[in-house]
Amino acid sequence: MRRTLPLAICLGMGIVMMCQFFIPHPVSVSFYDLTTKWIRIVSAFALVLGVGSLILYHIDRLQRKRTGWGYSIVTLVALVITALIGLIWGVKPGSPLQEVLFKNILVPLNSSMFAILAFYMASAAYRAFRARTKEAALLLIAAFVVMIGMVPVGAAIWGKLPELAEWVLSVPNMAAKRGILFGVALGAIATSLKVILGIERGWLGGGKG
Amino acid sequence: MSILLAILVNQVSLIVIRAFDTPNDGGKSITIQFDVPSQLPTDVLILERTEEGGEPAIIATLNPNETSYIDEGVVDTKRYQYRFASVKGTDTLWSETTGWVKSSPQFFNWARVNILVAMLIFFALVIYFIEHAKAGRHLFVRRIAGLDAVEEAVGRATEMGKPIVYVPGLGSVADIATIASLNILGEVAKKTAQYDSALLVPNRDPIVYTVAREVVKEAYTKAGRPDAFKPDNIFYVTSEQFAYAAAVDGLMVREKPATNFFLGTFWAESLILAETGATTGAIQIAGTDSVFQLPFFITACDYTLIGEELYAASAYLSREPLLLGSLKGQDFGKLLIMVIIIIGSALLLLSKIPTLKFFSQIINFFNVS
Repeated sequence: MRRTLPLAICLGMGIVMMCQFFIPHPVSVSFYDLTTKWIRIVSAFALVLGVGSLILYHIDRLQRKRTGWGYSIVTLVALVITALIGLIWGVKPGSPLQEVLFKNILVPLNSSMFAILAFYMASAAYRAFRARTKEAALLLIAAFVVMIGMVPVGAAIWGKLPELAEWVLSVPNMAAKRGILFGVALGAIATSLKVILGIERGWLGGGKG
Repeated sequence: MSILLAILVNQVSLIVIRAFDTPNDGGKSITIQFDVPSQLPTDVLILERTEEGGEPAIIATLNPNETSYIDEGVVDTKRYQYRFASVKGTDTLWSETTGWVKSSPQFFNWARVNILVAMLIFFALVIYFIEHAKAGRHLFVRRIAGLDAVEEAVGRATEMGKPIVYVPGLGSVADIATIASLNILGEVAKKTAQYDSALLVPNRDPIVYTVAREVVKEAYTKAGRPDAFKPDNIFYVTSEQFAYAAAVDGLMVREKPATNFFLGTFWAESLILAETGATTGAIQIAGTDSVFQLPFFITACDYTLIGEELYAASAYLSREPLLLGSLKGQDFGKLLIMVIIIIGSALLLLSKIPTLKFFSQIINFFNVS
């Protein structure tokens, strides 16, 4: 029963949601809206489990004095302060949660992480564009053409360079991209079908077959 | 003025207006199509609606070059009539009034029938090959280097006495890539249980976290090592994208894992994770269905599962005949798409010949609404 019920729900809902895609009737649309609301409710309950896991994980780190245990104190204190501010002043625009924590701490931190990406890209590009093989040399040339073609200096060097860059992006690059996307789409459909039919049960925490 | 009026009067019979229930929709919508002769001098078009038993009302002002309008302010049970006027300066020329029309919701979207056909063909292929596998016939599956390396990567972690970090992506459980990743996690967890390696699974989504914990627990039980399962090693971090990336980076820098798995849905944080992992000296196996993140993984990781290989992974690792059967179905689906592309391209090329122009209609069948 522990396995059969979730599998039966999955099969039923899988088929219903598949049919829903082809039915524009308001009954079908409102059913879809209802299920998306259920997902939000389930997520809210799962968040309790998630936060519980986070607290237990960091308490365990503190108790065992694992490497970097000081960061666990920061995490737990931040968690408590954020929760308290949210509970006392709410989450409306203008509240300390929005003004202090979100605008002045979270957004700058996120921006910093995103900015770091530029440096990672530079180092990754350096490694990727070393012309050690024929394929890598081809990649280097293509990347060089695209990068130069996308900036004003490219057009100044040779007027046709932006067009060439556009061609590389929209023809060979797009062909490869579409090839991958076909595989992805079919893979996603096959996986969905396996899940719906109960052939793939890994998501249940169970075995296969 | 009289000349203009004469033009208008002469052209009035040429103005065509047609109103009908918008097809393939959920109701509450009527489509009005009209054709204004190009010779007719027009500044704007105005559309008038009359509800049964009600007064006429102007509902829209349109540009002269427009040819249709969808009225989404109607009630399904009521009947409506429409007419429009061509306005030039102070002159207004009304078209004829349409017949009574009412909207209704449809039970099938015929514009998506092509998807239904493709889906049924693909389902038939997958089910055929699953049955084929059930019959015990051998199914050849090409080697995937990234998946062959899983065993080696887990063994390396055991030898080095270091943990394995498994990132199931940043997607929710509704993402197919996340489901594929959780399937692979089960196989990886079985191996870590057999080899007695530590497996750390930081999660971004609370539902994925609960599922991942169950998957690992079950894998350890199946491997006969339920005692080795440590629930604290599968933990929730945060749902903030970059806060999660920072936390996983910190984990990798502190724990110096022997192997990192990045499998699932990834966005801009993919390179941040993969580059940090590379600097710690870990073997990295990555896989995603995002074509935008694949180049980053290919550059920074030792092995990358490209697109469909991510979905094939659980079948490949488990070697379950039923799963391999579906993999084969997937391959034949791709073959079918390739054949359609080649034939379709050839026919579209032929449509350039005037007598074979009708071949150009082929492309309409592949339009998706």
